[in-house]
Amino acid sequence: MNSPAVNSLEVNRLAYAYPDGTQALFGVDLTIRRGERVALLGPNGAGKTTLVMHLNGILTAGHGSVSVAGTPVRKDTLKEIRQRVGLVFQDPDDQLFMPTVRDDVAFGPANSGVSGAELERTVKGALERVGMLEVIDRPPHHLSFGQRRRVAVATVLAMEPEILVLDEPSSNLDPAARRELAEVLRSLDVTVLMVTHDLPYALELCERSLILSDGVIVADGSTRELLADTELLARHRLELPYGFAIPAPAEHG
Amino acid sequence: MGAGHHHQLYLAGDSVVHRLPPQCKLLAVAAFAIVVVATPRERFWAFGLYAVLLAGVAVAARVPLTYVLRRMVVELPFVLFAFLIPVIGLGERTTVLGVSLSVAGLWAGWNILAKATLGVVASILLAATTEPRVILIGAQRLRLPSLLVQIAMFMLRYMDVIMDEMRRMRVARESRGFEARNFRHIPVIARSAGALFIRSYERGERVHLAMLSRGYSGRMPMMDEISGSVGQWATALALPGMALAVLGLSAVQGLSL
Repeated sequence: MNSPAVNSLEVNRLAYAYPDGTQALFGVDLTIRRGERVALLGPNGAGKTTLVMHLNGILTAGHGSVSVAGTPVRKDTLKEIRQRVGLVFQDPDDQLFMPTVRDDVAFGPANSGVSGAELERTVKGALERVGMLEVIDRPPHHLSFGQRRRVAVATVLAMEPEILVLDEPSSNLDPAARRELAEVLRSLDVTVLMVTHDLPYALELCERSLILSDGVIVADGSTRELLADTELLARHRLELPYGFAIPAPAEHG
Repeated sequence: MGAGHHHQLYLAGDSVVHRLPPQCKLLAVAAFAIVVVATPRERFWAFGLYAVLLAGVAVAARVPLTYVLRRMVVELPFVLFAFLIPVIGLGERTTVLGVSLSVAGLWAGWNILAKATLGVVASILLAATTEPRVILIGAQRLRLPSLLVQIAMFMLRYMDVIMDEMRRMRVARESRGFEARNFRHIPVIARSAGALFIRSYERGERVHLAMLSRGYSGRMPMMDEISGSVGQWATALALPGMALAVLGLSAVQGLSL
């Protein structure tokens, strides 16, 4: 076990029931070390989104705890937590709410007090990292879906988060946009937690995967091994797409 | 999706008027409108001079006359109303081209027509020289209630998204053989409107979560530092200033008569 200081994210025995009584999480335990790219796999309704909402304190733990780089998620630490956890929502139209790309990327850092030339530098830097600098002055609804998703990633990168949490990053993307986003994600030097049921995408980007099913983590291991275990996948309503075979490991060294 | 329609009111350009900071222009238009509304309706020539002032702004901003005229369609309902008042008005009547009209109604109609037209033209010139989002930055700088400015900003951002959703719902209805032809079809349309409302409401909740996730605390951060210089304020306020001078002159003339 690593010391807590190098863990980007620690979730201990997290349980949560919605106000109507529906229990969504039944004691989730997970640890993500700094610099790791981890996929959180699970079928629809497994509690993935509920778990994600706990990571930056939109929902607060019914039982158990969440901490980000050693800071517990609590009411009094919310401001700090939200700066450290960059959440990228599934629909970029929800994420990009400002009139121009520039204003949208600036929103987070401006809220934490960055302004003037430094703000401009931060915005350009974040857009450059996702290869979207040329659309800086465009309104978000003039961009293609893939471009919008990359700008959505930039909006949280601008906050220099400890961990980037992506909710279904590959949904609605055409194959080219999917590959471009993968290239962007691979080029980033931040901790990434990718929530998805797109198994090939998880294999492509993440060494390690967790399977969340019925509100608990049921498997934690190398993505390649988990995906090779068809029985495990079937038990938790996960499936590789038709005709997909796990490529031989590390061909390209 | 993607290539939504551009804001139809804005006319890209680089004139003196285009370059003025938005808060100066907003205040100038508002002040001009107040002067116009405060002018007694009997002072015909004052309204003529106001129109000349606006023509001067249009020339300076290089906004063509046809552009302004086409966008004045928005005023049409008021024009109809203004023409209706003399017909239905009560009191003393006069005959114009064989039609019996109310004198008080004629005055009221003229009053509405003249003042509304001047106000609408001033607003069209503002919109033609200032991008919608920049107008909102101006409103923010003028310390207008931040909640109202935010609502307007979100409307601007999500108009296309919601219109798109509406279009998809229409396509879905029509591809299942529905076509709104008569009254009996209204419930279907109403249900679609209801569904659209709920979808928009839910989107609003998701947007709010996204805002919270990036540190939103109830106030929009001020990002564009556009402040007006004394010269810019003076240029912008020249319009209401001159209008006020016209109003003063007309009052002096009215007294001396």
